[in-house]
Amino acid sequence: MNLLLEIGTEEIPDWMIPDALAQMRTLFGPAESVRVDATSRRLVLRATGLAERQPDRDEYVAGPALSAPAAAVEGFARKQGVAKEALEQRDGKYGYTRKIAGRETRDLLATSLPELIGKIAWPKTMFWGAKGSARFIRPVRWIVALLDDRIIPFEFAHVTSGAESSGHRRLGKARFPVTFASYEQALRENGVILSADERRSRILNELPHDARPDASLLETLVYLTEYPTVVAGEFEPSFLTLPSEVLSTVMRFHQKYFSIDDGKGGLAPRFAAVMNTSGDPAGLVRHGNERVLRARFNDARFFWDTDQQRTLDARVEDLKHVTFQAKLGNYYEKTQRVEGMVAVLGGDAHALRAARLSKADLTTELVKEFTELQGVVGGLYARAQGEPEEVSTAIYDHYKPVSMEDSLPRTEAGRFVAIADKLDTLIGCFQVGLIPSGSKDPFALRRAAQGIVKIIVEANMNLPLRSYVRQDPKLEEFVLDRVRNYFRDFAYDEISAVLASGWDSLPDVRARLIALRAVRPTADFEPLAASFKRIRNILKQADFSNTAPPVADLLEDGPERELYASFLQIQNEIAALPYQPALERIATLRPAVDRFFDKVMVNVSDERIRNNRLALLNAISTEFSKLADFSEIVIQTQETKV
Amino acid sequence: MDSYQQIIFKLKNYWAERGCVIQEPFDTEVGAGTMAPETFLRVLGPKPYRTGYVQPSRRPADGRYGENPNRLYKHQQFQLILKPSPDDVIDQYLGSLEALGINLAEHDIKLEEDNWEAPTLGAWGVGWQVMLDGLEITQFTYFQQCGGIELDLVPAEITYGLERLSAFLQGKDSVYDIEWTPGVTYGDVRKRDELQYSVYNFELADRDTLWKLFDLYEGEAQRLLALYPRAERKERFPLLAAYDQVLKCSNLFNTLDARGAISVTERVAVIARVRKLAVGVAEAWVDQSAIEAAA
Repeated sequence: MNLLLEIGTEEIPDWMIPDALAQMRTLFGPAESVRVDATSRRLVLRATGLAERQPDRDEYVAGPALSAPAAAVEGFARKQGVAKEALEQRDGKYGYTRKIAGRETRDLLATSLPELIGKIAWPKTMFWGAKGSARFIRPVRWIVALLDDRIIPFEFAHVTSGAESSGHRRLGKARFPVTFASYEQALRENGVILSADERRSRILNELPHDARPDASLLETLVYLTEYPTVVAGEFEPSFLTLPSEVLSTVMRFHQKYFSIDDGKGGLAPRFAAVMNTSGDPAGLVRHGNERVLRARFNDARFFWDTDQQRTLDARVEDLKHVTFQAKLGNYYEKTQRVEGMVAVLGGDAHALRAARLSKADLTTELVKEFTELQGVVGGLYARAQGEPEEVSTAIYDHYKPVSMEDSLPRTEAGRFVAIADKLDTLIGCFQVGLIPSGSKDPFALRRAAQGIVKIIVEANMNLPLRSYVRQDPKLEEFVLDRVRNYFRDFAYDEISAVLASGWDSLPDVRARLIALRAVRPTADFEPLAASFKRIRNILKQADFSNTAPPVADLLEDGPERELYASFLQIQNEIAALPYQPALERIATLRPAVDRFFDKVMVNVSDERIRNNRLALLNAISTEFSKLADFSEIVIQTQETKV
Repeated sequence: MDSYQQIIFKLKNYWAERGCVIQEPFDTEVGAGTMAPETFLRVLGPKPYRTGYVQPSRRPADGRYGENPNRLYKHQQFQLILKPSPDDVIDQYLGSLEALGINLAEHDIKLEEDNWEAPTLGAWGVGWQVMLDGLEITQFTYFQQCGGIELDLVPAEITYGLERLSAFLQGKDSVYDIEWTPGVTYGDVRKRDELQYSVYNFELADRDTLWKLFDLYEGEAQRLLALYPRAERKERFPLLAAYDQVLKCSNLFNTLDARGAISVTERVAVIARVRKLAVGVAEAWVDQSAIEAAA
């Protein structure tokens, strides 16, 4: 049987739709062919090949014991509605297998579909009737629920399911009947393109070939519309004297327009908007959008001109009136701390100058209007005001990276300012107790810490990050957690093993991780790791903390002396080796370790011998844990006796 | 081409035909039509209500001395409350645009997510900004809470920005060029206010005096709110007068803010003070309405 479910709503926020569809698919449960679709005003689930009813099933009912009085047995049989002879005997008892008829799918769906609708989790829900009434992301206005084109009757939020859909607000009819087979076509005739893929390709096909690709804007528009059509517009070339960053921000974030390339790396005085309708025959939509953009650009130009009347250098003082955070003072104070931090990190004069000017753009009209341009505007103004290129680029980049995917600041000065700024925010916020918990992270401290880690690793910087955060154990733990997260492509236990051996240098952490991952599949590695775990346990049980080396004379000939010899030899060899061959070499210790544990008893009564053996194990454990603590490795193939 | 005032007449007529009480603007300074008691207090409680009115709304920080073509210290909203919100509320709204002569078949309308929150009122709702050919012309909100109270009946609040809408309909690039009535522009009527209030708000308002006034109005509101629980005949208690004091505080806060007299730290604290008053009035109002309904 074929199922069609359409939840008709008022306009759902575009960014929530893909996740809601994924949830609907999961909530519907396993089915051979389920398809989910959506536009801004409908969530749709279609399934084919559903059984008409659940399969019948058997249910065994246990009765009285075989030794029970005849009356009891007869009573049981009567209750089951059968003769005594029809009873089965199982495990010393009478019993009977009942046939349970499967429920009709239609009945099941009449219960489960409204539950499914109610279970979709949204970032923020609303109610639109009386207090206590149903909640959803936006008001539900109609529901189509058909099983083989017969209505599955139910109610959700006072809306009764039916067989009529509703079209595009202007291009379609308010109500029209649908069937499973005709559904998509009926929508199309009423101005709705159901498939997101089709809407996406429609936009892409209509966009000018020189439109700048913008995947996230495209997704926004795909789900903001039911019938997308591109309309191209122009603006006066004189606006091109404004920086392209400002123009494209206005177009992208404020108007949801695509920018157009001029083919020479700059912007053409054109844009592409996406309408939610089939065309613009009178040119009114184009004209309207052009007017709005003109007003926006005029605003931006006005701000740009006003802002130039005062240099960034002069604006630094104004930062005394801009609060950074209530308990952490103003941005002037933050600027001073960031300058100090840049000096500690080893930044040059350009980096220091950039740090001093980095926050001054917060006092400009342009940043007040377009907050997403902070930093960028500072960089543009610095250049316009004759600051050296190194300084303006560093200011421009210092909020980077804003995500795991974002690029790093392009210059060393930019990286120093970016790290110092983020580090100051982290240290300050932790000092006054503004520590992220759960999903609450209003100061985006996770992103700040992640950014620092990303810069240090990817720019291969020799900065002892840990030494800047270790004065606050909570902060150290927080940053360490971000380090783990940054390296999350590696196995969890490999990260633990490597970090347990220290993380003073993050590029070094990465090098050790890569080596460990490469060596791990080799035959000797995991068994050796298991032996390290054993060594660690023995040392722990013995509460052994003496770091003196073992005394060679006290070693017993055979496996013990051989292990010591192998240890010395490997120790000697790996000193000059890169990490991966070093780890490979360490793994060759395995046979010697195995023989030792096979033949030698550590816990002997002679205290001198016992302590010397512990000293040997301790030396091995300490020496070979410098790259990674192997005892952290989770063993897949257990073959060592513990 | 409709003049500015004809556009207002048409909106009033359209909604009057749909059962709305057409009100006149509230006579105390407010930052938005939402703050007028016709919205703030009427949305509370279980009693249905429909109203529409033009509300001049003061936003001291948005003043630009009459020099910016799109920004105003005092703009005018057409504020509409439909409580409860009818099922076809969006169609009715779109009908109002058609009534203004906008042939929707020739335009692009999008409803883009825009949730609304007024921290000083303890009020929030969810909804959209309505975009007409890329221009935001209306704010559409389903109220969820007001004065910190979850609402009994969810109203739809529809707020038309009259200057923007008129500039669009008349094809003007500056609000000051809007034709108010033939021969008279919006600039003729309002430019002087914009200049003078910008000068006052940004340059001449006396911070100490404004703070004193804030304290006085706050004190009066607090005094009244403290009296209410002990009042003998609650149904005659002047909660509306108490609410006037709250609105005065709110406007003073906005003016002080524009004057740069409120640091970000203080900001939060002052918002909390106004909010406390608004919540106090809202709670008492609900209580009083229940007493009235029972009588």
